[in-house]
Amino acid sequence: MSRWGMVIDLDKCTACQACVIACQIENNVPPPNPEEAALSRSISWIRMVERIEGEYPHIKSNLMPVPCMQCEHPPCIKVCPVGATNKTKEGIVDQIYGRCIGCRYCANACPYTVKSMNWYKPAWPKEMMNSLNPDVTVRPKGVVEKCVFCAHRIQRAKDRAKAEKREMTPDEYMPACAETCPSKAIYFGDLDDKDSIVSKFARSPRAFRLLEELGTEPNVYYLREGA
Amino acid sequence: MEALKPDRGLGKEEKVTEVKDEILYQPIMKTGRGFYIVFALLSLVVLFAVFAYFRQIKYGLGVTGLNSPIFWGVYITNFVFFIGVSHAGTLISAILRISKAEWRRSITRSAEVITVLVLFFGLGNILIDLGRIDRVMVVLAHGRFQSPLLWDVVSITTYLTASAIYLYLPLIPDIALLRNRIKGGFRGPLYQVLALGWAGTEKQIHYLEKGIAIMAVTVLPIAVSVHTVVSYVFSMTIQPMWHSAIFGPYFVAGAIFSGIAAIIVAMAVLRRVYHLEGYFREVHFNNLGILLLVMTCLWLYFTFSEYITVFYGAEPDEIKVFMEKFTGKYAPHFWIMVVTCFIIPFTILANSKTRTITGTVIASISVNIGMWLERYTIVVPTLMHPRLPYETGMYSPTWVEWSILAGCFALFAMIYMVFTKLFPIVSIWEVQEGREKAHDEVAERLRTYLPS
Repeated sequence: MSRWGMVIDLDKCTACQACVIACQIENNVPPPNPEEAALSRSISWIRMVERIEGEYPHIKSNLMPVPCMQCEHPPCIKVCPVGATNKTKEGIVDQIYGRCIGCRYCANACPYTVKSMNWYKPAWPKEMMNSLNPDVTVRPKGVVEKCVFCAHRIQRAKDRAKAEKREMTPDEYMPACAETCPSKAIYFGDLDDKDSIVSKFARSPRAFRLLEELGTEPNVYYLREGA
Repeated sequence: MEALKPDRGLGKEEKVTEVKDEILYQPIMKTGRGFYIVFALLSLVVLFAVFAYFRQIKYGLGVTGLNSPIFWGVYITNFVFFIGVSHAGTLISAILRISKAEWRRSITRSAEVITVLVLFFGLGNILIDLGRIDRVMVVLAHGRFQSPLLWDVVSITTYLTASAIYLYLPLIPDIALLRNRIKGGFRGPLYQVLALGWAGTEKQIHYLEKGIAIMAVTVLPIAVSVHTVVSYVFSMTIQPMWHSAIFGPYFVAGAIFSGIAAIIVAMAVLRRVYHLEGYFREVHFNNLGILLLVMTCLWLYFTFSEYITVFYGAEPDEIKVFMEKFTGKYAPHFWIMVVTCFIIPFTILANSKTRTITGTVIASISVNIGMWLERYTIVVPTLMHPRLPYETGMYSPTWVEWSILAGCFALFAMIYMVFTKLFPIVSIWEVQEGREKAHDEVAERLRTYLPS
């Protein structure tokens, strides 16, 4: 069984946010409208987090893309009263939109704040309605959603492999953000396979994970900038 | 055993005392115009809250001021606050009953009613807060005990059941008294059924007293567990200033604190409206005022311990939240809380000259405002500062949230009013029992305390 993981090379990342847009298109994330965005209600499954280092005049701003960390020990799962957020056998923290009661407890428990709430019914400009991704559920109002590593793409890859009567190979599956990244800063693959590129990078001295001290064991690694 | 002998049934003595306690029947027998006016005004507030809630159902939680990362706000504050107030009745009345405090007799009923009613508002606010109220039954099908929210559901429903029984048992003899007076209308048959054939025989009294004693003991641990698990909703997460071991006892103490304050306010209103000066006397307010004073000090102690730990440890994520409360955007809320929860009530209650009825009522109103703010400053500032940098949205509740809060208070008052019209708000039989028997009982008890 694979354990899917992601490595984001901050040296290569140009903070162009192509991953953010690719994610929105792939996962039917509604485009933010200005008023709601001003209330910081826009939904984004991968977002740019700005870290300010140092103090003026020796100041530096670091931008890093933050998707769901797909933790090994996710704090969000523990608190969900109905089991609407679960972990799959392949290590992906999944959301069951049809079961979520919208209590937002998981969103509060997540130390990375990667969960988003559908405050209203999601809406798209009319022209975009025909180009929604048929593989991904359009979420109703009142449920919580987040990055699931484009889990529908695993299903597609598995189905294709099954039709061709063979086993699926890890390189057949890649989330939209990794696929799109123009500077190829996002690597994706099986962390349990010690020869995969992600597990090699995860063992590199440059590798770190966010808030490691909390013991959540994220499956998303970063490669330190300028090291 | 001698003490049990005199029959408390419908003897000759009762005729005399019934005349004495006639005023307790007045609210049930007669309804003035004031009642209808207040009732109509309150129902307007409730209707407006219902309208606000329907807007929320129709458009989604977007009509509130909530956002990312402040996912919880006024509704969760209300939830914690109302569950806190519910500790008024049952807990206080159970403690007073178990400790055989004779002055409890006239005040237990009015306190117990608060508990049962307010619990519905606690649960109700959780439901109002849900994004998908239509899926609430999913909790039964897929409920997972891993989640502290489910601990709440179990604990609160148990508490609701237990405190409803605890309210009902001492009500039975009073319902029987009403059954004997009121025959017709819809109330006659209602009392007939609810009185459960009470005739005041020795055997019935024996079982009733046993039942009340068992429930008084049962209700205590349940009440403590309820507010403990409410605090666990926050403390089981790893969020800064929520993840604190002190939260269980801190919330329980706060709950008793706001609960006593709620009783005092309710008693003062009843006293004025129904002319119950003879039943809710200076001494009751004085005694409850002393209890409130103790809780004020306990509140300060817990609050101090909680904040000094965070401040001295100075863990960066925690200190961000701490400073937000001390000097930041939530400083007004925080310092008003300190003033209303400690400085005002302590100044009034510590002095026996100001510990009058008016004094305790002012202190109580202040405490209830402060305790609502306490819950608010626990819920919101933590969410403002997630561990990872994030655009920290300011949360300002909208009219929808405020009108639902107002609606909760109004509906509570309305149901309370209806209760006083159906059942005696002062336990008639317990007052009579106190007058007839307590003197000997206390004298007897006193003899066992001292060397003969």
